[in-house]
Amino acid sequence: MSRQYLIRRLLIAIPAVFGISIVLFSVLAMAPGDPFEELATNPAIPPEVRMALRAKFGLDDPIWQRYLHWLLAMLQGDWGFSFTSRMDVDKLILQRLPTTLVVIGSSQLLAIIVAIPVGVLAARRPYSIFDQIANTFAFIGFSLPTFFTGLLLILVFSVQLDWLPFVYRADIPGSGLPWIWEHVKQSIMPVTVLGLFQAASLVRYVRSAVLDVIKLDYVTTARSKGIGERKVIVKHVVRNALIPVVTLVALQMPVVFGGAIVTEQIFRVPGIGSLLISAMQSNDTPVVMGVTFVFACLVIMFNLIADILYGWLDPRIAFR
Amino acid sequence: MAGSTPASLSAEAPAQSAPAQPVRRFSPAADAWRRFRRHRLAFVSLCVLTTLILAVIFGPLIWRVPINEIDFGSKLEGPTFVHPLGTDDLGQDLLARLLYGGRISLAVGLAAMSVAVTVGVLVGALAGMSSGRVDAFLMWVTDLFLSLPQLPLLLLVIYLFRDKLKTIIGPEGGTFVLVIAIIGGLRWMPVARLVRAQFLSLREKEFVEAARALGASKLRQVVRHILPNALGPVIVAGTIDVAAAILAESTLSFLGLGFPPDTPTWGRVLFDAKDYLDIAPHWALFPGAAIFLAVLAINFIGDGLRDALDPRRVIG
Repeated sequence: MSRQYLIRRLLIAIPAVFGISIVLFSVLAMAPGDPFEELATNPAIPPEVRMALRAKFGLDDPIWQRYLHWLLAMLQGDWGFSFTSRMDVDKLILQRLPTTLVVIGSSQLLAIIVAIPVGVLAARRPYSIFDQIANTFAFIGFSLPTFFTGLLLILVFSVQLDWLPFVYRADIPGSGLPWIWEHVKQSIMPVTVLGLFQAASLVRYVRSAVLDVIKLDYVTTARSKGIGERKVIVKHVVRNALIPVVTLVALQMPVVFGGAIVTEQIFRVPGIGSLLISAMQSNDTPVVMGVTFVFACLVIMFNLIADILYGWLDPRIAFR
Repeated sequence: MAGSTPASLSAEAPAQSAPAQPVRRFSPAADAWRRFRRHRLAFVSLCVLTTLILAVIFGPLIWRVPINEIDFGSKLEGPTFVHPLGTDDLGQDLLARLLYGGRISLAVGLAAMSVAVTVGVLVGALAGMSSGRVDAFLMWVTDLFLSLPQLPLLLLVIYLFRDKLKTIIGPEGGTFVLVIAIIGGLRWMPVARLVRAQFLSLREKEFVEAARALGASKLRQVVRHILPNALGPVIVAGTIDVAAAILAESTLSFLGLGFPPDTPTWGRVLFDAKDYLDIAPHWALFPGAAIFLAVLAINFIGDGLRDALDPRRVIG
């Protein structure tokens, strides 16, 4: 992969960051509510003082100036102060971010581990019984809302069977193997909910990607050379079919974050998703803005990674 | 003429040999319906969805139990004859609440889909008909919207605007307008891309050129000639959008940021039920099953329509 391709991709990502920041800022700017509204109704404060305060905090500046100001502050990590948690927003988010990334990462891993074999097997014999069953389950999988599957799992495994804890705790005492086991146990349900939901949509992508490749001439060539079927599928078909799947996994990231917010809320996982919801419930606007910004940045970052991976896996792309 | 054509003529006019046997002709709609019925799951889903829609429209007229009658004497009861689906923590009848809430859940799905399809068709048509800078810009905006984190943004907009709209239109109407506007406003991108792709190929076709040659205005070309031919994939995408919108609304309500507590949409009922899972599992199971059934049925119908409306596919 050429360095040119890398640089071009990075340059394309910059307008996207600007675009998203403009969308976020305009939502914020259009939102009703004036931070000095209370002062306007307070008879003890003369209007001149209120005007002076507005001028001091730059609320009367032209909109582009306010945008630049806001963007610079966001880029410098000056995201404000959380009223409810009594700490800086960036520190608060950094504290919560690893948990979210671990949960999302392992559920994506689970989704890939489930979806690739099922999709490949379904595509090997299209319209066979296995294919139809897999297809039906895929439909059920992405029609079941994550909040309902989460509640169902809690109902079965925590309430009825009492096997798994349904509250995720970040501060489990102890160390060594039991400590790891506790962590694994409490992550099983959130990761399963999110992972299977992702796997359901991924299966269909994998299937159609494999179907696109499996009829190509080079596969027939490989077969006619006498390579075993297994090797043909694994080494020749799957490796090429998975290239577009990489992009799809990355394009699904916005959906995954949505699912993560819901699952974190159900299982009370202390990540940034549940932070977002609790901040909204307590009207903690700086935290809300900060978390949304982080989600947006993560989405752009994953798109960038997918582009770069795509260029690396399929060199034809990089020279287009 | 067909059928009475002499065999010797068929050499120079091979197309005429086809209607030699009596073939029933179908209108495009009847043909699509015939193909749709072949998709067994889609057909079953259509029946399920029709039942659900009829139930939420006429159910509250038949099952005349008020949705907000509080009766602590029978709270958190499982299904009984008096309350076929049980009651919630205030002793309110769940069947009545689900029937009433289903109206809102399904209406949100349909309304948000119309918003998404309208915006998508407008943007896609504009981009497809104008080439160059306008097209590039519109597609850039579309890609930008595609890479927005949907749910966080949805939550953010609701969080910032709900109080204002509530004071203007009232709590229920305000939330309704806001929810359909933003769900629709964040879901038009796939439709726009589809429509643009269709337009790019259709506008070069001969029949459009013929219309152009006859002096049809650009608007007439689009409305009479291009758009009807581009509609198939749009219908499929629109169907899937209904399911996605229902899911989005119930997600919002489930997070406690959708409709107010006295509006029992399916997601909202689930939100209220989630803290009573151990004592009253039926309270969560019924609304969850309702959402699941509606969404699954719509997704299957979309799949069936995809088969039915794709003219390249030959089924039976």
